[in-house]
Amino acid sequence: MDQFTINLIFVGASFAIYIGIAIWARAGSTAEFYAAGRGVNPVINGMATAADWMSAASFISMAGLIAFVGYNNSSFLMGWTGGYVLMALLLAPYLRKFGKFTVPEFIGDRFYSSTARVVAVICLLVISITYVIGQMTGAGVAFSRFLEVENATGLYIASAVVFIYAVLGGMKGITYTQVAQYCVLIIAYTIPAVFISLQLTGNPIPGLGLFSTHQETGQYLLTTLDGIVTDLGFAQYTAGTSYLNMALFTLSLMIGTAGLPHVIIRFFTVPRVADARWSAGWALVFIALLYLTAPAVGAMARLNIMDQFWPDGVQGEAVSVETIETDPEYDWMANWIQTGLLGYEDLNGDGRIQYYNDQNPDMQALAAERGWQGNELTNFNRDILVLANPEIANLPPWVIGLIAAGGLAAALSTAAGLLLAISSAVSHDLIKTLIRPDISEKGELLWARVSMAGAIVLATWLGLNPPGFAAQVVALAFGLAAATLFPVLMMGIFSKKMNSAGAIAGMLTGLIVTLAYLFTYLGILFIPGTNLLENVPANYLLGISPLAFGPIGALLNFGVAVLVSRSSAEPPIEVQALVESIRVPRGAGTATSH
Amino acid sequence: MAERTTNLKGKTPERAAEDGAGYWKANIRIITISLIIWALVSFGFGILLRPLLAGIEVGGTDLGFWFAQQGSILVFLALIFFYAWRMNRLDRQYGVEEE
Repeated sequence: MDQFTINLIFVGASFAIYIGIAIWARAGSTAEFYAAGRGVNPVINGMATAADWMSAASFISMAGLIAFVGYNNSSFLMGWTGGYVLMALLLAPYLRKFGKFTVPEFIGDRFYSSTARVVAVICLLVISITYVIGQMTGAGVAFSRFLEVENATGLYIASAVVFIYAVLGGMKGITYTQVAQYCVLIIAYTIPAVFISLQLTGNPIPGLGLFSTHQETGQYLLTTLDGIVTDLGFAQYTAGTSYLNMALFTLSLMIGTAGLPHVIIRFFTVPRVADARWSAGWALVFIALLYLTAPAVGAMARLNIMDQFWPDGVQGEAVSVETIETDPEYDWMANWIQTGLLGYEDLNGDGRIQYYNDQNPDMQALAAERGWQGNELTNFNRDILVLANPEIANLPPWVIGLIAAGGLAAALSTAAGLLLAISSAVSHDLIKTLIRPDISEKGELLWARVSMAGAIVLATWLGLNPPGFAAQVVALAFGLAAATLFPVLMMGIFSKKMNSAGAIAGMLTGLIVTLAYLFTYLGILFIPGTNLLENVPANYLLGISPLAFGPIGALLNFGVAVLVSRSSAEPPIEVQALVESIRVPRGAGTATSH
Repeated sequence: MAERTTNLKGKTPERAAEDGAGYWKANIRIITISLIIWALVSFGFGILLRPLLAGIEVGGTDLGFWFAQQGSILVFLALIFFYAWRMNRLDRQYGVEEE
């Protein structure tokens, strides 16, 4: 059986399971559609949250970004886990006690203002759609590889599948499907990592293998890797460069996590306040299983790639074009070249492919001496690394099929959760509450589905030319969440005096300033070529990269909110009483909707 | 913080308000301590204080690298579970747990 058939079987079987569950648990009422009737156990909820959370960015993209950059991209690891601490301590229990269905609903009630609610809906839509672009990017990569088509075709297929899938079920379908997806994605991520860790270090636990001895050289794995990459002119794997950007970027991802509407919505679905606290912990347990493995996947993949291009070591000869074309060990290259995400070119015509850092001045001298005329691995899309990893390590075909299924599970589960957040914001917060309160349940569900479809079309169109690799696009969504929703949610709980004018001004400031900063460097609406300044560090304000801007937006949001709130009337006494009541767990009933 | 072993149900409104303030103050204290640890292991050991830990070797690199890639995640987990356990106990001490 060929690889294509095996991929189809694995992906097909996993899809059959998800769709089966979605049909079995089809949402009947609007309450079920949004929040699964609140009957979800904290461990199960934690697992579903983990699947919801770990998207194409975590599964497909993150290890690749770590692999090619090293220590500096540890931001993704700390940022996307540390946010759960903020979530568990600062938001989850109180939002559960408040007991409504959506984030804009909380903001509208707490700040006693429909305007605040509408502004929250706008923030939510901007965040979620940016996030969906990242998912589409990742899902497109996965589909293009396993169906062996061009990247853009993969993207269209991905959007069709997401559409059918998300429109079928609401949260209840999604909760149990997401448990199944978690199982698929964690198995798919772990198995190849275990194989590779055994091959390289003899240690079956990848997270420990990362800090173990590399069997071939007898040195530590990281020491070996540092040696090879620096010999080729790349930055040392374990060394850091810009500590300011790294700290800000990490903070952006952390605050953003705690401000992401589709994750917050999860904590509305647990039965009790105490469960909301435990749920965040369980979610992080399931997330950590992947996140402790990811840095090992990154480092080991980088080592394997170096080894493929420099089979005789970096002082020896590079791999020959003939070997790449004929040796089955290099089949993965041909497979990925047809997606358009990988490419090589024998620039100096010596029949060999030299992969090195041609931007490094010291390396240029050495290259001239050895007759190299530039880096010949001309294209290596970071998003292919995790999916290509089992092929690069020559693992059995079923492992490769498994990772295709896992990558798609990760992209689909998150896309579905995001679309749910988008659709509930439009149908519930905009249409039902503000525009047409007399709308029937059926009409509300229809609007929910129409808004999902609209969001997918927009995200697919923008996903054709994404403003970065999947994890970077997703990181932009986090920056926006950090700058808009997190500060007002937190002030809504921790400050009784924060009023509607302050919250609205804060959210708008955070949203507008952050979007302006992103669009300046990445293009208006992320459309390539419309950027005002080139996206290079020399142009950045105080050296802060667009990816790391979230905390600055959040700071402005906090500052403006406090200033405006101090200079306008205090919130009404019943709102202050509401804040008192959400601070204690007692009296948390089942959630209501108005 | 004021540890209360008795479960104060059926209290007067004044007593309840005073208790509410005490409960919230205790909560803020636990949050503050937890967040200091949260920041120390990630922004501290993992990033800004990494040069200070450069002398401590871990598997071919230094302790700061380990904190950045794995250690901080393990501490985050411990923090969330500690907070859930501690707060559920605090709820009962102040008699504000869910029925």
